[in-house]
Amino acid sequence: MAKPKTVRILRFYGEKCTGCLECERACSMVHFRTREGGDKSAIRIIKENDGSYRMNVCDQCGLCIDMCPVGAIYRRENGVVWLDRKVCIGCQACVGFCPIGGMRRSSIRIEPFKCISCGSCVRACPEDALELVEVEVEDVKEVVYHKLGV
Amino acid sequence: MVEGQIPVEEYKTANTKHRWDLRRMLSAHRVLAQYDYKRGQVWRGYANRTLYINLSSNEIREKKVSDEMKKIFTGGRGFGLKLLWDSIRPTTRWNSEENELVITTGPLCGITQYPGSGKSLCLTVSPATDIICDSNVGGFFGPYLKFAGFDALEIQGKAKEDVIIVIDGENCRVTIETAPFEETNSHLLAEQLTRMYASEDNELSRQKVSVVSAGRGAEHSWWGCLNFSFWDIRRKVARMKQAGRGGLGTVFRDKKIKAVVAKIDHFDGLSNNPADPEKLAEIGTKMHREIRDLDRYQCNMRAVGTGHLTEIMDAYDLLPVENYRFGSSQKASRIYSTEFYKLFTKIIPDGCWHGCTLSCSKTVDAFTVITGPYKGERVTVDGPEYETIACGANMGIFDPKWILEFNFYCDTYGLDTISTGTSIAFYMEMYEYGILNKERCDGLELCFGNAEAALELLHRIARGDKGRFIQIASKGVRRVKDWLIKNKWGDKQLIEDAGMESKGLEFSEYVTKESLAMQGGYGLTLKGPQHDEAWLIFMDMVNNAIPTFEDKAEALHYFPMWRTWFGLNGLCKLPWNDIEPADNAKTDEPAKVPEHVQNYVDIFNAVTGWNVDKKELILQSERCYNWQRAMNVWMGRGRRKDDWIPYRAIGPLTKMEYLSRKERYDKQLVEKLGYNKKEVEKMSVEKKIRILYNYRRDQYEKLTDAVYYRRGWTPNGIPTPQKMKKLGINDPRMLKMLQKKIEEDEQKGLNIWRGKYRKGEKPPTNDPHYWEKP
Repeated sequence: MAKPKTVRILRFYGEKCTGCLECERACSMVHFRTREGGDKSAIRIIKENDGSYRMNVCDQCGLCIDMCPVGAIYRRENGVVWLDRKVCIGCQACVGFCPIGGMRRSSIRIEPFKCISCGSCVRACPEDALELVEVEVEDVKEVVYHKLGV
Repeated sequence: MVEGQIPVEEYKTANTKHRWDLRRMLSAHRVLAQYDYKRGQVWRGYANRTLYINLSSNEIREKKVSDEMKKIFTGGRGFGLKLLWDSIRPTTRWNSEENELVITTGPLCGITQYPGSGKSLCLTVSPATDIICDSNVGGFFGPYLKFAGFDALEIQGKAKEDVIIVIDGENCRVTIETAPFEETNSHLLAEQLTRMYASEDNELSRQKVSVVSAGRGAEHSWWGCLNFSFWDIRRKVARMKQAGRGGLGTVFRDKKIKAVVAKIDHFDGLSNNPADPEKLAEIGTKMHREIRDLDRYQCNMRAVGTGHLTEIMDAYDLLPVENYRFGSSQKASRIYSTEFYKLFTKIIPDGCWHGCTLSCSKTVDAFTVITGPYKGERVTVDGPEYETIACGANMGIFDPKWILEFNFYCDTYGLDTISTGTSIAFYMEMYEYGILNKERCDGLELCFGNAEAALELLHRIARGDKGRFIQIASKGVRRVKDWLIKNKWGDKQLIEDAGMESKGLEFSEYVTKESLAMQGGYGLTLKGPQHDEAWLIFMDMVNNAIPTFEDKAEALHYFPMWRTWFGLNGLCKLPWNDIEPADNAKTDEPAKVPEHVQNYVDIFNAVTGWNVDKKELILQSERCYNWQRAMNVWMGRGRRKDDWIPYRAIGPLTKMEYLSRKERYDKQLVEKLGYNKKEVEKMSVEKKIRILYNYRRDQYEKLTDAVYYRRGWTPNGIPTPQKMKKLGINDPRMLKMLQKKIEEDEQKGLNIWRGKYRKGEKPPTNDPHYWEKP
């Protein structure tokens, strides 16, 4: 398999966001066929104390790939970090080690889920506050720590 | 720089590739017995059935697990003890027909969410000790055994020719088959059988097979260990973890078992059908985060495994050097974890069971073998772990590549690195004193540091060499002690006190001279001197947290019970205190790691659906612990005389040892024994050694008094029927046996405290029959 060079990741324009959470509802529709959003959505919009909004979502860094004991996580041809639910054994190592909390688990099943850069949230956002942008894999890639000491 | 994110299928090691005609091998198998079963569902952590196999009669059947059995024995090692109690006799020895090899799992075994949840527990009557030895081990076998439908596997009898046992959870069939063409040594056998029995030709199918095997060494030695395989989908090798202690592999090969294979078609994060999967995932995730954030600042397990201990032990004078004579060495920095880190392959989830993010099973790939039958091949070496590295120091070998060589051959020959290393270290010391020499050692020059001679010893054992020394040396320190004494080759006292064994089993790798509590942690144990019951050195010596005999006795009650609990449940102890929450030091009892204890309470309840608290966890252990001690008594041991440890574990035995730490010992004579400083200066070293000897031996006896009392045992170390009843154990056969043994001791006048109590000191109680009072 040719190594993917680029990947599309989400970019968020906080100043445009009104906190309507349409993106979360669209996302939970993709993953769990429900419009609940919240913990069933891979993208989360968080209201800060000052009233502004922040996005929390997988940035496709792929650190979790090397955490998976059964090889259920890999980078697809389009660069997206993908979790194969059929192979996953639900250990939560990827959830625990994700540096930004982008790998999530909902109460519906033991296997985690994550953003797959499908763009549903982008299309659902009435304010154009979300965008999929193409970046170099090398620029976003993270490797689980392995250095001796710090 | 390591690249990371390499797709599983593209990962490569530079190991030597093997080409085997597996079809031919398989077609040579002859099925001796077959048993088809209906697989039940694992429910709340229990399969509720155990599998019984008799190799003499080729009988295979199931046994039910009753609720009563779960209530008293919990699972794991507890189940093993119960199965053995029902099957063996007090006269059963390791090679008796009725001796069993039991492999058990435990209710929490096989959960993937909490680190360290894939341990199997192995039990048998040990050749080294003549009593039950238990050993815990990682690898995939335990969980797969359970998911194939059985909480435990019980193997009795002996086969007439080499056989393998296949537990096929996919087709619900158990078979006993001959296997004439497969290798015996583990690193090849495990790979052959994994490839042979995988349903499909891909990595994920191979990952669903696990093999238990020993090796050629286990056939000819009492140090035999069992290798439990776990297929590594990235490295594409069958990696192995060892159930090392007590000669399990020796029993395995004596039964003519070449391997036991367990295979399943599917499992997932909920295969245990836990009562509360949400809670499990929540606590597991919390632990993963804790490890992610703190491990690198604490033990650094993820980078170097247990090897991080080498430099700490060296710094605190606890690293066994040259048969425990010294606790540190100037050469030790050559085998610090930083050196092994350079050799380990990195960025691979190195857990011995899925989901263990502590990942201490470090690995050296493409190691070029230096000696023996596999010379020149490039192989994967599992480890070395701290114990194996410390064995290097103990034998005076301070070269990582020779430690790897030793590690590799011990594993593949099926030899326990600890017993092997500790024994060879003793032979080397005897060689240095001239008690052994080249002629007496069948031509081997076993001086400290001679790695080639140590390896040659292993190869000769594996070849079944008939030399007199090899024959005796391969049976361990105790047998060699007897042999040396019988031949009058050296001073009896020196030989007895320098050979590091107790109950017949060799010590693991810590110097205990300055920690009385740790001496108890090695001596006052069930199976023999192994640190899995208590590791109190730092509490005792560095932090001085348990100053009195009562304090030490309390620690020698709580910690052995707590550590036993892991073995009842199929868990690894490391994620309990080799990673600690950031605020642990501020808690009431940091040594117990209260937050993690609560985690275990929660995951136990989340899996089983029971409602227990932390006190009940200790009770679960106390039942099994006392049961095992009672079985020791039943088998003729388990008394004070059996809890004896050699003086090398207690204090400086030789002049060289005394002089190497003269300041420390002189100071103790002044501060602890009240000698005048000038007086001490004038004393001969021999006299000072003698004074310390008597003092420290007596301290150990006093500790034994306090511990027996705390545990509810007689002054001769027998668990009392009253104590057993209090724990809810009412087995009339056992209670009657204990009462009879106590009466026998009474007649011999053995029910007395053994410490020499002077003015102002008193024994734990003045009532000689304290246990009879309500």
